[in-house]
Amino acid sequence: GRGGRDGMNGSEVWMGLGFGRDMSWTPRAVNVDLQTDATLQVDISDALSERDKVKFTVHTKSTLPNFKQNEFSVVRQHEEFIWLHDSFVENEDYAGYIIPPAPPRPDFDASREKLQKLGEGEGSMTKEEFTKMKQELEAEYLAIFKKTVAMHEVFLCRVAAHPVLKKDLNFHVFLEYNQDLSVRGKNKKEKLEDFFKNVVKSADGVLVAGVKDVDDFFEHEKTFLLEYHNRVKDASLKSDKMIRSHKNAADDINRISSSLYTLGTQDSTDVCKFFLKVSELLEKTRKIEARVAADEDLKLADLLKYYLRESQAAKDLLYRRGRALVDYENANKALDKARSKNKDVLQAETGQQLCCHKFEKISESAKQELVDFKTRRVAAFRKNLVELAELELKHAKGHLQLLQSCLGILKGDT
Amino acid sequence: MNPPPFPDTAEQEPVFSDMRDGDSDEGEDIFLGSSKTGAESPSVPQLNIKAETTDLFAEQASSTAPTVGLGTGGSSNGVQSDDDNDLFSDAHVELPTENASSSTPSGPRPAATFIPGTADMQTKSMEQLEEEEAKDTFDVDVAVTNPEKVGQFTPIHFSLHNVSHYQSSTIKFNLYLCFNNVLNNAIIPFHHYNWKLYLFLSAGDGMHAFMAYRVSTKSTLPVFRNKEFSVKRRFSDFLGLYEKLSIKQSLQGCIIPSPPEKSVVGMTKVKVGKDDSSSVEFVERRRAALERYLQRIVAHSVLLQDPDVREFLERDELPRAVNTQALSGAGFLKMINKASDAVNKMTIKMNESDTWFEDKFQEVENEEQQLRKLHIVVDSLVNHRKELCGNTAVFAKSMAMLGNSEDNTALSRALSQLAEVEDKMEQLHHDQAASDFFILAELLADYVRLLGTVRGCFGQRMRAWQRWQEAQSTLQRKREAEAKLLWANKPDKLQQAKEDITEWESRVTQYERDFDRISVTVRKEVLQFEKEKAKDFKFQIYKYLETMLQSQQRLIKFWEAFLPEAKAIA
Repeated sequence: GRGGRDGMNGSEVWMGLGFGRDMSWTPRAVNVDLQTDATLQVDISDALSERDKVKFTVHTKSTLPNFKQNEFSVVRQHEEFIWLHDSFVENEDYAGYIIPPAPPRPDFDASREKLQKLGEGEGSMTKEEFTKMKQELEAEYLAIFKKTVAMHEVFLCRVAAHPVLKKDLNFHVFLEYNQDLSVRGKNKKEKLEDFFKNVVKSADGVLVAGVKDVDDFFEHEKTFLLEYHNRVKDASLKSDKMIRSHKNAADDINRISSSLYTLGTQDSTDVCKFFLKVSELLEKTRKIEARVAADEDLKLADLLKYYLRESQAAKDLLYRRGRALVDYENANKALDKARSKNKDVLQAETGQQLCCHKFEKISESAKQELVDFKTRRVAAFRKNLVELAELELKHAKGHLQLLQSCLGILKGDT
Repeated sequence: MNPPPFPDTAEQEPVFSDMRDGDSDEGEDIFLGSSKTGAESPSVPQLNIKAETTDLFAEQASSTAPTVGLGTGGSSNGVQSDDDNDLFSDAHVELPTENASSSTPSGPRPAATFIPGTADMQTKSMEQLEEEEAKDTFDVDVAVTNPEKVGQFTPIHFSLHNVSHYQSSTIKFNLYLCFNNVLNNAIIPFHHYNWKLYLFLSAGDGMHAFMAYRVSTKSTLPVFRNKEFSVKRRFSDFLGLYEKLSIKQSLQGCIIPSPPEKSVVGMTKVKVGKDDSSSVEFVERRRAALERYLQRIVAHSVLLQDPDVREFLERDELPRAVNTQALSGAGFLKMINKASDAVNKMTIKMNESDTWFEDKFQEVENEEQQLRKLHIVVDSLVNHRKELCGNTAVFAKSMAMLGNSEDNTALSRALSQLAEVEDKMEQLHHDQAASDFFILAELLADYVRLLGTVRGCFGQRMRAWQRWQEAQSTLQRKREAEAKLLWANKPDKLQQAKEDITEWESRVTQYERDFDRISVTVRKEVLQFEKEKAKDFKFQIYKYLETMLQSQQRLIKFWEAFLPEAKAIA
């Protein structure tokens, strides 16, 4: 399906069920508060969902001289975003920065499954019910789609807003090169290598974390981030569960509405008319409840998920710094040893200087990064919590009004 | 509470009550005999309930401690730890029969956590309004309240006394015993060698505890002795009433409302003293269902005039309904319906010029199916809502934790506030789930059952028709037999034949009249039922929508309070 922005609507044909509906854009959910820089502006202007991949149209506006044009677009897939992210992580020069977390893989599996089940069960339900459920699933699909686009966009925007990363060559290639980057996904061997790397890294992480830092700021950050990350993870899981229950309840209300409709069409008595009206009311109720759940998902659950990833990225930064510190301390010890033995002193000295330099560079930028992280986090939470509260209020008021007017009508009739 | 373990000397075996009857018989109160005090002597002795703090239903208990001489200082029901009191010292047991509730007309409702909050408070007034509206026809208003646990036997604490001359050692045992109707004597003699065993019973929880409900009636009908009165009834009493009515009335084609189902599982939990939310819910559900049952009965013109109904509402002491084991509401219904189903299956085509009955029957069947489906979905909603409730509570806690670890003060505070909002949402979801259940689900459950009853009435009519048809064919046969006898010239048998014919002619007339009568009744009943049903559905759905409305109002309050906190983050 296409999600077009600014009038770029399209139809979607998917799984042969032929949605053919306009899916117009709405403002993206921004989980970060970024300063947009006129010199480089990036966004995802369009997206197309095909059977097992999503194609994002990355649109850039820039006044920087190194680009051939001032405005251009390319099509990118999820794997290319991952490639870009990994290239940052592997770059030693960026060790002192919080690398913007990679967007999660687009996952339409659940939605797809549901749609398939719907298609299979078409015979067993009334046309009414089928249409309703199809609309519902479409809406769900659209929501997931929008989310994944938003998350990919946020990643790019974070990079573009970072004073150093925005100048990265790979990033520019990503933005400009209008051919396929030929970034194949990792094959089995590479995935296995990754797995082992991670194991080693976490083991190392534990070791490094154990080293007490002289610097109070970093020591505090370490403790803070560890606890914060765990709690965000917990909150994220629990918010997902809660929202899912909410959606389930809304689905039930939908079925109740359908059932009442059937009852209401049995006859044309007073009671039947009553049932029809109530059925209609419940249908509207259901829509509101579904919106509430969707908004909670967007403003709360997604926010928590994002900061789960960011706090991990911050932890990774601290790890890298810790690693550098350990290396530095080891280099010091090696230097002392070399001096005492009076052997390979020069080598040890250079080694020590390198480690010292690396450590200091990381420490300096890390401090700033962590401060920025806090600022961003507070701003993002503020924005989303305010929006959450406003949306909840809006929906509750709308719902209240709906119920009041309906009850008025129903009672007035009798 | 688990029964304490048995000591080794076990001549005794635990005799657990026959659980066929959910509200098993409790036997006479062995101590009270006929001593009753107070104007209102409940048919069932009100043994004083030990004032456990966790026992919600002990509110009615008067302040006097159980004087069964068991010294209930122990932490568990009647189980005494090392206390060397000789039980016989307090053998003059005088159990207070006066229950606090009998003097105060309406004790406080047990603070059941699952009572559908404010909606329930509205219930009474709305119902009263409705009753006032219908007061042109009947002026009877009934309510079922104050479910109260009445304990009988418990962890029994007794002592063995060696009445031999040698020594008088006292050994204490804790046993958990239940008795059936067997127990008619004040003291159970148990002889083992020279030991005599005297059992004392104490109040509290136990397998033989049962729930007593207060049935209050307000009416200006002259047929009642007073304008306002109440009695205590237990579940089997309601079932007994249903049986009596069914036997009498349903054969005439009347639609008898059915009482709620028995539930062994539900009742057992309540009996053994589990005061958790599910048993509280169970009691509330049952109380509400019993109330609706009675309300439907008194709304029925024919039934209201039935002396059994009046007796049920008015009489202080009701003789125990003993056969309720055999016939629960559903059991009886099944029996009736089986008969009518069998009749249906005999492909009896009632050649009726008036297809009203056939059409209506079809309608009823369809509707029953629809309501069944709807009920399933509503049940699903209740479950998801409860799930949502639980998940919200868990989320609230995790938000609170997150707020704690957040080091920006303003954000930390906002997150804690959010956690509080979510906590309030949990309560809201809980209340809404209660509405979903007590208003919608129970309404649907009731009508699925009632529609079954209606089907049964159609079956009754069919049976009446069948009886009439059979009588007609028998008459025909008798006539043919007479003709044969005339031809064969057997005058002695002729007399008999003529008598037979007369008999069967009158039977045919009788059955035809019966059939016509039952047809009229069924028709009237069904129309009346449909009217009531329409009213009921509308009323309950209004009530339900009102609870939804209240939820939204509460939501608005919560979020309006939170918004400034969120904006204050800096």
